[in-house]
Amino acid sequence: MQILYFAWIRERIGLPKEQVQTSAATVQELVRELVAREERYALAFSDLSAVRVALDQELSEMDAPLAGVREVAFFPPMTGG
Amino acid sequence: MSGPADIRVQSAPFDPGAELSAFTPLAARAGCGAVVSFTGLVRDLSGGLSAMEIEHYPGMTEKALAGIAADASGRWDLGPVLILHRYGRLGAEEPIMMVATASRHRRAAFEAADFLMDYLKSRAPFWKKESTDAGASWVAAKDEDEDALSRWR
Repeated sequence: MQILYFAWIRERIGLPKEQVQTSAATVQELVRELVAREERYALAFSDLSAVRVALDQELSEMDAPLAGVREVAFFPPMTGG
Repeated sequence: MSGPADIRVQSAPFDPGAELSAFTPLAARAGCGAVVSFTGLVRDLSGGLSAMEIEHYPGMTEKALAGIAADASGRWDLGPVLILHRYGRLGAEEPIMMVATASRHRRAAFEAADFLMDYLKSRAPFWKKESTDAGASWVAAKDEDEDALSRWR
């Protein structure tokens, strides 16, 4: 599964994207796995109310299932316009 | 009435006047009597803005914008729709983005442009970072932008 990070989440983790092997069933479980890895992930995901997620380029929710998903993206609330 | 949506996500600058001049005859030919456009500009709120960086999510951005345009066309009887948004490094006073809508009558064109802007601000994956004399910081999303969407539900 490919994971993408944007804006300050990308900066905190220090990567724009990475390939991850995971058996996480939901986005929440994936976040828990990432947070357990290293401090920089814990920092990026310290306030989940400020984190949005997209699954295969569609906005989704933290409790959404990951079955069949190829691309997960984490980013802060959007500020376009 | 259902016109094409012209969705552009680009780093290059654009000329809002030239875009509107190109859009207007398309609207006229589609039988529209009303054209509404909105242009967003980089503001220097702190007085020390050196640049604004706009990051986006290539792929999702275009899909999200096309989805927002399709939603607008489903709600109002629209002719052509234009959504243009820049990314990359912009200076103060530069145009960031514009939308243009067209319809037979003004009300639908005004409302659809307002709807496009509300959804574009909090549902299209763009993030702004301001660089000033004091350093760089990500622009925080405003609760009122999210609240604005409830108007359309």
